[in-house]
Amino acid sequence: MQIESKAAFESLQAESRARHSDAQAEIHVCCGTGCLANGSKGVAEAFAAEAEKRNSNGGPKLVVKPTGCHGFCERGPLVAFKPSGLLYTKVKAAAVPEVVEKTVEGGEILSRFLYKDPTDKSRIEQYANIPFYKHQNRVAMRNIGLIDPTDILDAVAESAYTGLAKALFDMDPDQVIDEVETSGLRGRGGAGFNTARKWRSCKKAEGDRRFVLCNGDEGDPGAFKDRSIMEGDPHSVIEGMIIGAYALGAHEGFIYVRDEYPLAIVNLMIALEQARTFGLLGTNILGTGFDFDIKISRGGGAFVCGESSALMLSIAGKVGEPRAKYVHSTAKGLFDLPTVLNNVETWANIGAIIDKGGAWYASMGTEKSKGTKAFSLVGKVKNTGLIELEMGTTLRHIIFDIGGGILADRPFKAVQTGGPSGGCVPESLLDLPVDFEKLTEAGSMMGSGGMIVMDDRTCMVDVARYFLAFLIEESCGKCTPCREGLRQMLVIYNDLVEGRAKSGDIERIERLAKGMQLGSLCELGKSAPNPVLSTLRYFRDEYEAHINDNACPAGMCRELTAYRILEDLCGGCHACFKACPVDAITGEPKSLHTIHHDACISCGACFDVCPDQAIETFPKNTLFETEVV
Amino acid sequence: MTTEHCAVDLGPAAEILEGYPPEEASLIQVLQDVHRAYSYLPCDVLGTVAKTLNVPLAKVFSVSTFYKAFSLEPQGDTIIKICVGTACHIRGAGQLVEELERKLGVGPDQTTEDMKFTVKTVNCVGACAMAPVMIVGETYHGSAKPARVGKFLAEAEVDHAD
Ligand SMILES: Cc1cc2nc3c(=O)[nH]c(=O)nc-3n(C[C@H](O)[C@H](O)[C@H](O)COP(=O)(O)O)c2cc1C
Ligand code: SF4
Ligand code: FES
Repeated sequence: MQIESKAAFESLQAESRARHSDAQAEIHVCCGTGCLANGSKGVAEAFAAEAEKRNSNGGPKLVVKPTGCHGFCERGPLVAFKPSGLLYTKVKAAAVPEVVEKTVEGGEILSRFLYKDPTDKSRIEQYANIPFYKHQNRVAMRNIGLIDPTDILDAVAESAYTGLAKALFDMDPDQVIDEVETSGLRGRGGAGFNTARKWRSCKKAEGDRRFVLCNGDEGDPGAFKDRSIMEGDPHSVIEGMIIGAYALGAHEGFIYVRDEYPLAIVNLMIALEQARTFGLLGTNILGTGFDFDIKISRGGGAFVCGESSALMLSIAGKVGEPRAKYVHSTAKGLFDLPTVLNNVETWANIGAIIDKGGAWYASMGTEKSKGTKAFSLVGKVKNTGLIELEMGTTLRHIIFDIGGGILADRPFKAVQTGGPSGGCVPESLLDLPVDFEKLTEAGSMMGSGGMIVMDDRTCMVDVARYFLAFLIEESCGKCTPCREGLRQMLVIYNDLVEGRAKSGDIERIERLAKGMQLGSLCELGKSAPNPVLSTLRYFRDEYEAHINDNACPAGMCRELTAYRILEDLCGGCHACFKACPVDAITGEPKSLHTIHHDACISCGACFDVCPDQAIETFPKNTLFETEVV
Repeated sequence: MTTEHCAVDLGPAAEILEGYPPEEASLIQVLQDVHRAYSYLPCDVLGTVAKTLNVPLAKVFSVSTFYKAFSLEPQGDTIIKICVGTACHIRGAGQLVEELERKLGVGPDQTTEDMKFTVKTVNCVGACAMAPVMIVGETYHGSAKPARVGKFLAEAEVDHAD
């Protein structure tokens, strides 16, 4: 059914909204990658079977929707009920008949499925009252979790494509760009470049053929907001791109998706096909005579292909080696033609901005960073998952109020943001309001919005080493400072974590960092020293301990760390005995256990399972002194 | 390159190539399809791809080795991917890699002699909230513990026997 006028679009919207108005309840089962891993497919199928049973018996209508990621992956599979607003966590397929009978039909709340607040142990019934959700403000992720991403009518009912209809029927292309300018929107892919300015510079470029691209490469490890948006609400991305194409006069678009995101690719393909069926994409969009279509390009698993010039080469079937920045891709991008590339989240904001107005968007956020931002909150934090908040929210609020604090109530040490181009922000800066500027001032970066929380059991020297090892794999190797600088730095870091460090190593690292910042061609190499420099800036004492005392204060670097059991605390639970992968622990249940240092590989498995905190680490080089005692 | 690597049926490759315009821009997508059909990139097929798309063989090799999604070696029946992204790293992904090495005798990017398993490390699969993540075949295992690795392997063998 091709929609060919504003009126036809509005009646489609009304129809979609009325579709389930006769349902007794809607049951939303999260089927994001996280919940799927916890078995949510079976849960959704079980609900569908129960609904089918009732519907065929002429009973009350139940609507079951498999939705995208609700964000609270930690507690999955998640099931939300409408209109009651109830949220159940950790639902198993076997419990579904009982849930339908007692909760949906009987109105009884089964408290064992309710979210339990880790701080005060209270049970919370309503989705909207759970701290993880209560503090959020969703724009880019506005429909995720509310809609079945494989059903365009569901998206339309939640106002998808309203912004597109407004742009096509009521605005000319320049007004669209003006509106985006008013919103102050800056790119969500890392650098925070002003979106309207990028569009204008492409618009000025000569030539009739131009491209609109979406960067769904999401290479920063620890970030998954783009995955969730593409999986959970692909229409928000598609709508944004059509509006952008209209503003720029482009007729061809590509979405570049990482190879590691198979579900995102499937859901995008379905969404594109459905949008074409309704005349929202393809030729003569909404009967206005405007043509635009989108193809999907699958990445090949290379981090550097997230960089704009490399991404464009990759779409063209070539090796993704970045080129120098003096040629702007807005003038000479994909196939050397004018191109606009924006991040998934950037595109997802566009429809809402056009629909509700730039001024509305600009009323949120800080002076220079407007609107909201999606973050993936992961690592050693209690409530891991995906969140969207107003720019300017403090780290403390994010980690402690939304995240619920540190796992096992251990001390907070740092939060890593910005992926391999970012840095680690220490405890002293917990009250930092998060926006583009503030993170950069702190020596980190916004990047893809990954926030990896670290506790006292994370060695900051090892974290820096980790990113170097990552980047060595990912550097395209085109220029020497990046390719060789990373390798030389890793040699020094391996010495640090393995107990061969010598004085002067810190200074050597700093010299190499300078060289890489000055001499690398693309941002990968230029920003590669950031994790190194930020850990040196805030955690220099940890480096010094590795060099001067051959000790890892976090008790993580294996060559420097040994483990022992504290006699007074060991309850003889036998958990460590079972956890040790190399049988280095002896002891009978209910009696004191012992770690044998000749067999121990310092992996820490016992430490992690001990319920009595009876295992402690100590510097390995003091091993012989202590053992004599 | 040994001849036994080259003893492959070129039929599926020809079929894939028919679906794309014969130009360089098709290269990566063709290689992705070939990889899916053969579960690696056999050298003979690369020759055919180069000829059909009119791209120098050296370029085809350059693309095949640049992108991590491609393997030039045959893969095991079940591919085990261990996420070593940042979130998984700090929640103990390294212990999983070690446990697999102990259990299977192979490290990352290696295949067991019986061709049952290929072990790979990947940088973030976007399920960081459930770190550490291990993907055995198509099955995602969140909050994976070394102690459960043996069970995952046994399940995969059963799945494959089905
Ligand atoms: C090494 C490297 C990797 C990058 N990876 C990504 C990525 O995965 N996703 C992304 O959107 N941008 C990434 N970028 C930034 C892009 O080059 C580009 O700035 C961005 O996609 C533009 O969109 P935006 O203005 O909407 O942010 C990367 C940049 C570099 C240098
Ligand atoms: S800085 Fe590194 S990744 Fe960027 S072009 Fe140079 S070698 Fe390649
Ligand atoms: S870091 Fe492992 S899934 Fe993201």
